Amino acid sequence: MLEIRNLHVHYGAVKALKGISLAVGSGQIVALIGANGAGKSTSLRAISGIADVSSGEIIFDGIDITNKPPHVIVFAGISHAPEGRMIFANLTTRENLEMGAYLRKDKGEIRKDIEYLFSIFPKLKERINQPGGKLSGGEQQMLAIGRALLARPKLLLLDEPSLGIAPILVKTIFQKIVEINKELQTTILLVEQNAHMALSIADYGYVMETGEIRLHAPASELAQNEEVKKAYLGM
Amino acid sequence: MNQLLQQIINGISLGSIYALIALGYTMIYGILRFINFAHGDVFMIGAFVGFYSAPHISKLVGGSIIFSGILVMLLAMLICSLLGVTIEKFAYKPLRSRPKLTVLITAIGVSLFLEYGGQLIFGPDPKLFPTIVPSMAVVDTQNLVIGSNSIVAIVTAAILMLILRFIVFNTKMGAAMRAVSYNHQAAALMGININSIISFTFVLGSSLAAAAAILYSSVYPSINPLMGIFPGLKAFIAAVLGGIGNIYGAALGGLIIGLTETFVTGYLSPTYRDAISFGILILILLFKPSGIMGKFEAEKV
Repeated sequence: MLEIRNLHVHYGAVKALKGISLAVGSGQIVALIGANGAGKSTSLRAISGIADVSSGEIIFDGIDITNKPPHVIVFAGISHAPEGRMIFANLTTRENLEMGAYLRKDKGEIRKDIEYLFSIFPKLKERINQPGGKLSGGEQQMLAIGRALLARPKLLLLDEPSLGIAPILVKTIFQKIVEINKELQTTILLVEQNAHMALSIADYGYVMETGEIRLHAPASELAQNEEVKKAYLGM
Repeated sequence: MNQLLQQIINGISLGSIYALIALGYTMIYGILRFINFAHGDVFMIGAFVGFYSAPHISKLVGGSIIFSGILVMLLAMLICSLLGVTIEKFAYKPLRSRPKLTVLITAIGVSLFLEYGGQLIFGPDPKLFPTIVPSMAVVDTQNLVIGSNSIVAIVTAAILMLILRFIVFNTKMGAAMRAVSYNHQAAALMGININSIISFTFVLGSSLAAAAAILYSSVYPSINPLMGIFPGLKAFIAAVLGGIGNIYGAALGGLIIGLTETFVTGYLSPTYRDAISFGILILILLFKPSGIMGKFEAEKV
């Protein structure tokens, strides 16, 4: 579904990605793990078109989407719940969700999708008319995931869904991610620092280190890898 | 008593015109975080569109002066929208990723270009704006004369502001505008085409400036290519006073500046009018730079 070939991204003189290649198959959950600053978020930003690619290719569903404007990439079927959640603090929860469905014209279906979302994240329903800025961290995370889902993406990019969330909620959020993957058949590329959690739900995993892919293997294998255990699983 | 009422009506009339211009400053600031100093000159162009088109339009539609007045205003709004979008495309868009100061200086350049280009094309001498709104006294008693011009200005401005409010707070496009003004990147990730939202904002701002120009020139019918400078600066003060980026603030700021100016003119002396407006700007920048309705915004890192 998604294939990245030899991708390079620079921020000024800083090389953020030094030629990474990865593939995400249809229906999979793929985890991208690694330390802070390894280039995980940059990879997602390059895919969704908000970071400039200096060289390499990003192919989605057979189409080259490298350096296309973000709204074109959303239209192609990729949506991105970004690092730091980026909830519109000045818009209500409902308006935030409606922005997620910005490119869709099927009003009735959007309403149904919002109802479905409330069944996954009941908390959001209680907050429907409140400004996004008034929501708690966990609620904002649910809103960010929900908002990204409302585009009805084929591929969902999730950046650190566990960041800043109470530990008890982290588990819930990961359960919901699996639910979304199974029930909506949404393919997911997941960036996480919580490697243990990420590998427990993923089909396949990539380990990033200073802008490069260090290792990749099926998630269960990766979780058993001695190097990974030591560096990222704290064992 | 009547004199007070007179000043209040005059003040609201002038204030609602300032408010219309201020809305353009504040919306463009909200989306792009810079002051479009050419905005007052877009206002001037609106007046000249009215000046040149009004005789033709009234000949074309014949008798109905109200209908032709509306047409003149719509034409000015259309042409200024195109002008605003063009300015953005050619002057500001190429500088989108540059420091804001660069764009600000460019805006001053565009402003001078329009002012002196206007002198070249329209001629520097003042022209008499044609009568679009029939000028008559609606109320005429002791010390109180309410002209139809003032009433038309107040009512038209109120209608336009209500339409704007509806667009910004009750439509998808308006929600997208607010989303873009909060965070460009997050808005882009929603599939919002940032460039079309920016163009749309320039359409709204410039057309309000054009409408303001028609109303203003009906009250003060001497027009010239430098006429946009002072109303532009006053509206800028109004936008800052109300809280730049806040559309309610712009409307409120416009009314406050309009009322203050007419009161100073009426009770003190016209000489102090401009000084007091700029005094307000200095005070607000010193003591409450976020304005009356603006919120303190921490610099994003």
